[in-house]
Amino acid sequence: MPAFVSDANKSRFRLFTLATLAASTALGSAAARADTTLTVATVNNGDMIIMQQLTPEFEKTHPGIHIRWVTLEENVLRQRVTTDIATSAGQFDVMTIGNYEVPIWAKQKWLTQITPDAAYDVSDILPPVREGISVDQKIYALPFYAESVMTYYRTDLFKKAGITMASQPTYDEIRQYADKITDKSNQIYGLCLRGKPGWGENMAYLTSLVNTFGGQWFGQGWKATVDTAPWKAAVNWYVSGLKEDGPPGATSNGFNENLALFASGHCGMWIDSTVAGGLLFDPKQSKVASEVGFAPSPKGPYGKGPTWLWSWNLAIPASSKHQAEAQAFVTWATSKEYVQLVAQQKGWVAVPAGTRASTYANPAYQKAAPFASFVMNAINTADPNGQTANPRPYTGAQFVGIPQFQAIGTQVGQIVAAALSGQTTVDQALKSAQSSVTRTARQTHLGG
Amino acid sequence: MAIKRPKSHTFAIGLLGWAIACWVFFPIAWMALTSFKTEVDAIATPPQFIFRPSLASYHEVFARANYWHFTLNTVAISLGATIVALALSVPAAYAMAFIPSQRTRGTLLWMLSTRMLPPVGVLVPIYLLARNTHLLDTLTGLGIVDMLTNLPIIVWMLFTFFREVPAPILEAGRMDGASRWQEMTLVLLPLALPGIASTALLSIILCWNESFWSLNLTSSQAAPLAAFIASFSSPEGLFFGKLSAASTLAVAPILVFGWFSQKQLVRGLTFGAVK
Repeated sequence: MPAFVSDANKSRFRLFTLATLAASTALGSAAARADTTLTVATVNNGDMIIMQQLTPEFEKTHPGIHIRWVTLEENVLRQRVTTDIATSAGQFDVMTIGNYEVPIWAKQKWLTQITPDAAYDVSDILPPVREGISVDQKIYALPFYAESVMTYYRTDLFKKAGITMASQPTYDEIRQYADKITDKSNQIYGLCLRGKPGWGENMAYLTSLVNTFGGQWFGQGWKATVDTAPWKAAVNWYVSGLKEDGPPGATSNGFNENLALFASGHCGMWIDSTVAGGLLFDPKQSKVASEVGFAPSPKGPYGKGPTWLWSWNLAIPASSKHQAEAQAFVTWATSKEYVQLVAQQKGWVAVPAGTRASTYANPAYQKAAPFASFVMNAINTADPNGQTANPRPYTGAQFVGIPQFQAIGTQVGQIVAAALSGQTTVDQALKSAQSSVTRTARQTHLGG
Repeated sequence: MAIKRPKSHTFAIGLLGWAIACWVFFPIAWMALTSFKTEVDAIATPPQFIFRPSLASYHEVFARANYWHFTLNTVAISLGATIVALALSVPAAYAMAFIPSQRTRGTLLWMLSTRMLPPVGVLVPIYLLARNTHLLDTLTGLGIVDMLTNLPIIVWMLFTFFREVPAPILEAGRMDGASRWQEMTLVLLPLALPGIASTALLSIILCWNESFWSLNLTSSQAAPLAAFIASFSSPEGLFFGKLSAASTLAVAPILVFGWFSQKQLVRGLTFGAVK
């Protein structure tokens, strides 16, 4: 090849690289000048994917506003948006965050107060969900969907074993059922529970289990109470139940792994988020869709206590430069009209659950989702601020509503997973959990 | 003279080589296989080797995200970062290899020591720097960070390659009146080309696969393939098929690229190893 051709090629290549770099930067800023482009950070859950697909509908009714999506895995998203909001970088105009973050971030003045108009009908939002997004009666995020906890079980396996699920099961009963259903030679495990360590994984379940056994994380004066008798009883129930009746390698099972196990017919019972209902009843995703039964979350010896409530909410960071447009988007995506739009385009079974009374009042939804009234009842009666056996200085049901909980929960989650895998005994595990929690509480000056 | 080995010996070594290769390649093969399964097949226990292949995951991945946007970003960042890194490291490695000072060794070690720090340790300072210089979510911003992260390795590799070039050859060039610049570009570079090529290839691969900074410094406009993959993992619902399809699509270009350049890569990496 003649030298000049090759040179020309080389410079063309250089030009191309430079042009790509320049063009992408220039294009981005030109678009931002002409119209408003909102950057929305969200997780890759089914309801959020539908929201992304319906974006053109929003852009049609709101000319001049465009939406750009950043979809990330939950833990990556949490790290990403926390970095952004803590440094006021303003990369995002709308963030998808949980009811764990909303009050903590609102108190840091990281979130903008949201004031929806009368047509939005705030009073339609289920009260426990509304409470989770409010600080001092002011709303700092709007709920996209919400979930509580329930017991899923296999009606065919129960029938075969000649047992029936109690209308309000206790943990003792659950253990008896599990013993009867388990058939390890056929890979049927009576009890599937979260075992993967993490504050939002095994500790979400264990925290609510401990509550109903009469335990709690901290007593008055922020004294850690992790090595007390209720914790021992709860963790012993959990470890022995999973060892006897659980699937092998339970320490690597989180929500998704258990969902996969149940959907492929390997679990007799599973106690987890209400959001699994829609997935287990969907024959496209579940081999046991016609054999799924459901019951309330079991009760332990204490029986009362705060109950599980999680909501995914859309919030506007104070650092966003497009506050008004962002508010238009979050009210649209959480409105009654949006629910109708999803119902029209994707069917009633696909509408975001757990947030609005009007959704549950709709006969079409009740017909499409057999578990609907059950879920509404679970969320409506959820009381994340409920009374623990002894007075407590914090709020939250399956978490402790303090910034330190991510660290504390994950540490203890790892210690409990070690007990579950048989590396330590439950007593040893709780002893080291107690000293770990006490140390972190002291280092971070919990309670002043 | 070649040493004669018993046949059984050669066979055993061959078998071991194949076993290791299969073991290393298995996760990638499994990922590719899973990408052609439906979500229900993807989670089946026991895992299925024989199944009815489906393109459903690929359809969904293409419908939900703009693959080409992410790929172009990755190509621009990998090439840009590699070119700039080479432009900086060739003179640096040249100086260290042929005009060493008392501090050369220390400087080299210090450069490498920056690789020992976990990136998350400097997340906030780098994020603030990027914010203040308006480089968040730009190809330039991520390109600079990728370039700087790989710079120590590139300088080290080039330094090792340059050291293999006999100094008398450069000296001969100088005797003929070559300036430092000419000595570097006309004598050294052609001799060390295999090494430079393999360094460039390695740098491209490292940039391509980098995920920590890719996820943290970009959001939408400059997001590379790492962000594309991350968007298909889900805390709620089945996603293994789609995630595998996205990952297969993300590694495919670099895999093909690596396949074509493997000769160069191996030659470069073993350059000077056997005299």
